[in-house]
Amino acid sequence: MSMKIEHDLHRFRQIVKGKIRENLRKYVTHGEMIGRKGRDLVSIPIPQLDVPHFRYGKNGSGGVGQGAGEPGQPVGQGEDEASGQGQAGGDPGGHVVEVDVSLEELAQILGDELKLPRIEPKGKANIVEEKIRYSSIRSTGPESLRHFRRTYMQALKRQISSSTYNVVDPMVVPIREDKRYRAWTSHPLPDANAVAIYIMDVSGSMTDDQKHVVRTEAFWIDTWLRSHYQGLERRYIIHDAAAKAVDEHTFYHTRESGGTRISSAYKCCLELLNTTFSPTEWNVYIFQFSDGDNWGEDNQQSIQMLREQILPRVNLCCYGQVESPYGSGEYLRTLKSALGEEFDNLVLSEIKNKEAIFDSIKQFLGKGK
Amino acid sequence: MSMVKEIRFPAHLAEIQRQMEGHARSYGLDFFPTIFELVDCDQLNAVAAYGGFPTRYPHWRWGMEYEQLSKGYHYGLQKIYELVINNDPCYAYLMTSNELTDQKMVMAHVYGHCDFFKNNLWFAHTNRKMMDQTANHGNRIRQYMDRFGVDTVENFIDACLSVEDLIDIHAPHIRRTDDRPNAAKPQLDSPEEEDPDAPIPGRLKSKDYMDSYVNPRHVLAAAAEAQAAKNAYVERRFPAEPMRDVMLFILQHAPLKSWQADVLSIIRDEAYYFAPQAQTKIMNEGWASYWHSTIMTRHGIAPSDLICYCDHHSGTMATSGGRLNPYKIGLELYRDIEERWNRGQYGKEYDEIDNYETKRQWDTKAGLGREKIFEVRRVHNDLTFIDSYLTLDFCRQHRLFSFGFNPGSDAYEIESREFPKIKERLLFNLTNAGRPMIQVVDGNYKNRGELYLEHHHNGVDLQMNYARDTLTNLCRLWARPVHIETMLDGAGVVLSYDGSQHAQRAVEKAA
Repeated sequence: MSMKIEHDLHRFRQIVKGKIRENLRKYVTHGEMIGRKGRDLVSIPIPQLDVPHFRYGKNGSGGVGQGAGEPGQPVGQGEDEASGQGQAGGDPGGHVVEVDVSLEELAQILGDELKLPRIEPKGKANIVEEKIRYSSIRSTGPESLRHFRRTYMQALKRQISSSTYNVVDPMVVPIREDKRYRAWTSHPLPDANAVAIYIMDVSGSMTDDQKHVVRTEAFWIDTWLRSHYQGLERRYIIHDAAAKAVDEHTFYHTRESGGTRISSAYKCCLELLNTTFSPTEWNVYIFQFSDGDNWGEDNQQSIQMLREQILPRVNLCCYGQVESPYGSGEYLRTLKSALGEEFDNLVLSEIKNKEAIFDSIKQFLGKGK
Repeated sequence: MSMVKEIRFPAHLAEIQRQMEGHARSYGLDFFPTIFELVDCDQLNAVAAYGGFPTRYPHWRWGMEYEQLSKGYHYGLQKIYELVINNDPCYAYLMTSNELTDQKMVMAHVYGHCDFFKNNLWFAHTNRKMMDQTANHGNRIRQYMDRFGVDTVENFIDACLSVEDLIDIHAPHIRRTDDRPNAAKPQLDSPEEEDPDAPIPGRLKSKDYMDSYVNPRHVLAAAAEAQAAKNAYVERRFPAEPMRDVMLFILQHAPLKSWQADVLSIIRDEAYYFAPQAQTKIMNEGWASYWHSTIMTRHGIAPSDLICYCDHHSGTMATSGGRLNPYKIGLELYRDIEERWNRGQYGKEYDEIDNYETKRQWDTKAGLGREKIFEVRRVHNDLTFIDSYLTLDFCRQHRLFSFGFNPGSDAYEIESREFPKIKERLLFNLTNAGRPMIQVVDGNYKNRGELYLEHHHNGVDLQMNYARDTLTNLCRLWARPVHIETMLDGAGVVLSYDGSQHAQRAVEKAA
């Protein structure tokens, strides 16, 4: 049964999505929803979704309560003032509605708003997997697949048509011919595997602010890629003068103090590609974040690795340069002059501050690769 | 009436209903026929989201309510036990998953509410066919949505809802003005009818031969002139008297299309219908709780029901986090009144006793308690109820305290346990159902057709961001700039919105 309320609920969700869309830039920038992430849902606080009225503010407001306590002691803030009789005006101001949005919807909103093209997975012709679906019914099959309801339905039909069905004492007994079984059909499904490799410079010059930017941006990239690839794999590499593969938590919470050698990260990344994620079977995405400082002599080696071994094999290689008070920002220019024209799957983006995340995401994902 | 898919009302519940109705009647409760409907939790949440009326007009905020209710239910945070509609017949909803003891308790509770709806004076002017009325409203609004588009109509409803609390909650009982939507278009050029018997201003009664002495001609002339000036002044004012029913004023004078006027009047009707419920929350819930506890403890519970009943009754009465529970406070006040009138603890003689012991043991065996609480439920609303019957002893016994906002710590803190302070806070929050008092003082401000409202400030400032958003919506209705005069941090200010931007300025001192 569909209830009328479904209609209003749908309407409410639509409005919520509209609000998210309106405020997307803010949400993207502040990254406040990263902390509110469940498995498939994010809770988004939406201000001003209730109907405005003239109402009392906090100053001078109060009410009457019941129970123990001395004057001067704080009372439990009337969090849900809805039922709080004698509490009107005792509401702590922020009546914020929080709604759950699925990551998929969020990705869609992001995509719509940034006008991101759908990603074309590469090599989908090669990688095909058979998926089985139980979608039909047959009259033979193993007992474990017997369709209980259909079987009895068939038995009932037979009994009625052969007038052996007794209304007063109804008893339906299926015989062999009545039995119905679930049957499957197999569908070839192109299975697009994808891996996102995040590389971050954790040398001394990267501060917490920069990491926050990286983290926010990574969240949105994840969200977008995940809506295109089921089972997106993620790998994290941190480096200073040496690189290592780490888990997500370590990735965001490590701070080293050494120098910077970007080629070490590329080496680590190549190892992954050679061992686990062969680019013939995987769509590979590389997102590298750094403040642009590299040890001078290393530039050449890095560029060579990119040109010869990495760029030809991956879908997309994104380099995001966050501005830090200590970094020189050299590396971006180096890359641009060396490789800028050569490869169209190399994207370079400068992320000056939090506000620039929005545009940077567009640059990274705008290619549809 | 099929509003939601009904689950057939089972015979054993019908039997319980018959018993409960019998008990309720035996105590003199007087109610409309009551129809119970059995619904599951989703249906109950849906009906509750609609404010009890499943046939209400479509609007997104019901969806929002529903989502919050059903989340709360599914996370196990809250559960609606009872939902009853002020209508003739009364509709009440029972949840299928409730235990039998709960169903008994809810039924007894519901009969309390029905009696209150029918007999409390503040409900006397509510529409008792509201169930049908809301369905009509729903249809009308749906038609408008078909014709003018869902977004257009919904946006307009949003604007109307912003002013839904700007009504005159006493208007149904007083009839200050003709409140038909088209009634009060000012007839600007209607010729004044001269009344030959009209008293001459300033004239004193006198015998004929003394008249020229008692009422010298030049004095009369001056008085006539003053009167004329005053009349002219009153005529210039629009509205003539400040008007509390801002919704009505807009309805009568704003340039609304006919469908818009209809939508606004629908929302106004519903606001008036719901107003008494906000005015009598403590009394209504207290009354229903009084009767469910009386009926259940004397007749309703079998030994096997006892634990369940006690658990749920105490759950309903619980006071948590220092918040006042209207069920609890209402129930205890009725009991207190009953006890006092049973023992004759009222009136001059009793009040003048200054010995605590004598006062405590005072008992005239008057036995008027039951009669008194029936009278109380008939004539009072929360405001007058608390004003008349909240006593010092009661406050002490129930450990009431008043709390206030401390800007320093940005928290609400306990202020005092003194009786006058507590009563003052409580009365303040019950006055005008806890809403700021706002009235139209000028519908032709600066002679430019702008709307000028005045907030009758009594100690608490308006919340500014809400006030500005409300002005925005108000401006959409009025279609000309709107202003509200209020106080902020002790100084008079006028907030304005002219359709594109907000402004705030100090009040000009009237000469």
